[in-house]
Amino acid sequence: MIAAVLTMALMGLVLGVILGIAAKVFYVETPPIVDDLEAVLPGTNCGQCGFPGCRGAAEAVAAEAAPVTLCPPGGKDVIVQLAEIAGVDVPQGGGGDSKEEPDPLVAFIFEDHCTGCTKCYKRCPTDAIVGAAKQIHTVITDACTGCDACVEVCPTKAILLRPKPKTLRNWHWPKPGSVYEDAA
Amino acid sequence: MGLLDLPFLKRTAGAFRLRGGVHPETRKYLSKNAAIEKMPMPKLLRVPLQQHIGAEAVPMVERDDYVLKGQLIGKARGMVSANVHAPTSGKVISVGPFAAPHPSGLPVTTVTIRPDGEDKWGPRLSRMHPEDASPKEIANRVMEAGIVGMGGATFPSSVKLGLGAKYDLHTLIINAAECEPYLTCDERLLRERTEEVADGTAIMAKALGVKKVIIAIETNKPEAIADMRHHTLQMGPGGEVRPVPTLYPMGSEKHLVQTVLGLETPARALTAELGVVVHNAATAQAVHKAVRYSEPLLSRVVTVSGRGVNRPANVEVLIGTPVSDLIDHCGGLHGEPDRLLLGGPMMGLPIRSLRVPIVKGSNGVLALTHGETRRKQAMPCIRCGSCVSACPCGLLPMEMNARIQSDNLEEAVDAGLMDCVACGSCSFICPSNIPLVQSFNYAKGRLAAKESRKHQQEETKRLAAARTARQEAIAAAKKAAMAKRKAEQAAKKKKQAEAAAAKKKAAEEAAAASAAASAEPSAPSSSQPVEADT
Repeated sequence: MIAAVLTMALMGLVLGVILGIAAKVFYVETPPIVDDLEAVLPGTNCGQCGFPGCRGAAEAVAAEAAPVTLCPPGGKDVIVQLAEIAGVDVPQGGGGDSKEEPDPLVAFIFEDHCTGCTKCYKRCPTDAIVGAAKQIHTVITDACTGCDACVEVCPTKAILLRPKPKTLRNWHWPKPGSVYEDAA
Repeated sequence: MGLLDLPFLKRTAGAFRLRGGVHPETRKYLSKNAAIEKMPMPKLLRVPLQQHIGAEAVPMVERDDYVLKGQLIGKARGMVSANVHAPTSGKVISVGPFAAPHPSGLPVTTVTIRPDGEDKWGPRLSRMHPEDASPKEIANRVMEAGIVGMGGATFPSSVKLGLGAKYDLHTLIINAAECEPYLTCDERLLRERTEEVADGTAIMAKALGVKKVIIAIETNKPEAIADMRHHTLQMGPGGEVRPVPTLYPMGSEKHLVQTVLGLETPARALTAELGVVVHNAATAQAVHKAVRYSEPLLSRVVTVSGRGVNRPANVEVLIGTPVSDLIDHCGGLHGEPDRLLLGGPMMGLPIRSLRVPIVKGSNGVLALTHGETRRKQAMPCIRCGSCVSACPCGLLPMEMNARIQSDNLEEAVDAGLMDCVACGSCSFICPSNIPLVQSFNYAKGRLAAKESRKHQQEETKRLAAARTARQEAIAAAKKAAMAKRKAEQAAKKKKQAEAAAAKKKAAEEAAAASAAASAEPSAPSSSQPVEADT
């Protein structure tokens, strides 16, 4: 029995040393910009980009495997900041430098269809849904990032994304027509 | 050169010079001689709960409630907010969203009251003697009465009256310049309710703790100047009426201070930092009513004018009166107006619907015909520099506009966008009809939206972090609970095992004892139970 124990212990030691050396020799450096990129991303790990969490998305952007426009909840600001860090141009047209950027989306719950199953409210990464078991849930639009996570889990398809409602607080004047357009 | 710069030489001209400014045709003759009339009670009153800058008031009534005149229906939320009162007695028929008197036409929470025609007063605010009241009590009363700046900015007046505690103030200026064309409501107020305005001014001076009071009136209102001069003594020994040049935008707070006192307010600073506070003349009258007669702000004087209105007039209307009722009272519209405005033609807000109500900050309703709006096609900038010489803030409007047109908002800010007061002098003077001030308004809105998005992003991060922390805490708590339970169960098991062992031992001993007893019957007390040693 002592022989068996000694063998296993020795094997463990040797393999451990090999692993330790291998980890040092074959160390893969994470690009330092990954941390910077991750700091810019919303950090909700909503998964809309198709990568495992915001960290995964940051790595993909750093490896240039994904465009900087990958984050729908982040909007134009995130695109511009990501492009700045990653050192690429802000893509034209695709939400980049277009004159009128699309309205941000927020979740909306059809109260007739809500069964109060609490699935969406457990899934929401920003706690933007309030509700309790067998009670109708509702969305706090100020906290919602429009990340789509709740839409997927709703068993009755009672949630959909809608443009954020305009209020007197976030309304502003439209851009007046440029010099030549105004010909009426 | 040196002599010309001496302030006293400039003072002989009546006032300090203002940079820039324009001279739009005032067209005040349309309503100048129409005495203030009271409007009959409208069928419905729609009182928005947000008529001021700051947070929306909290509704205090529900549908089907009966309200009395002067009853609080919206309570101020936080410091920068204002109370809203029922303008008459009647039944609340709805509390909910209704189109705001705003160019967007977006809804705002509105209390709709159907007047019962009795106009019955509810309990009034407590009686107050301004002569004995402390500044704080006066400011409090102004807050209770829901008074906001009635020149159009609608900033809660009580906040401005409380500035005396924070800054060393020396002068109160009553803004009766009324530099916007068409508007005559302040002028009529000064002429017809001179005493009330003077008294309100004196009360405000007491609240602010200032000795010097100046009523600034543009020179195109000689009657108002003369009437007001009869009442200067009522405003205390430091009272004075000061005619100021007729020049747009004389009624802008900072420019008025510069004209009257020669003090230039630094960029993005308050006039209070120079020791000066500016209040509107209509606000002074509202303060008089609130402090002397305990009446909250329930009505205001509105000028209805423009060539599109059949009978231009100055009307005292209840807050919440629909614009359509007011126009009907003034003889209705004369054909289809080109533009409907709330406020003056230079800075007023175009409205889409006539159903929107009059609010505390509406000083005019204008129906302008095609001949008055002179809407023309915009042409390329010829870099004539007219806008630069017209800008009262010393900015370069054409430069700012070029940057905004190419979406360089940050560069526009560098060029001084945030110092723009949106007076519209540049758009007025531009020979190419370029919508300059419109573009500045757009840029300011965009920047504010950007700022709020940035704020929201930070909030999102905070919320996500809070959620992660909470979930980790829950997991840790679960783990701890499980470990505890496990430990408890292990302890229980151990105890049971021990108890069983002890029982077994006892039984064995008993068996041994009984065996011994059967062998030796005289053995004492062997039948007693044996305690298990632990």
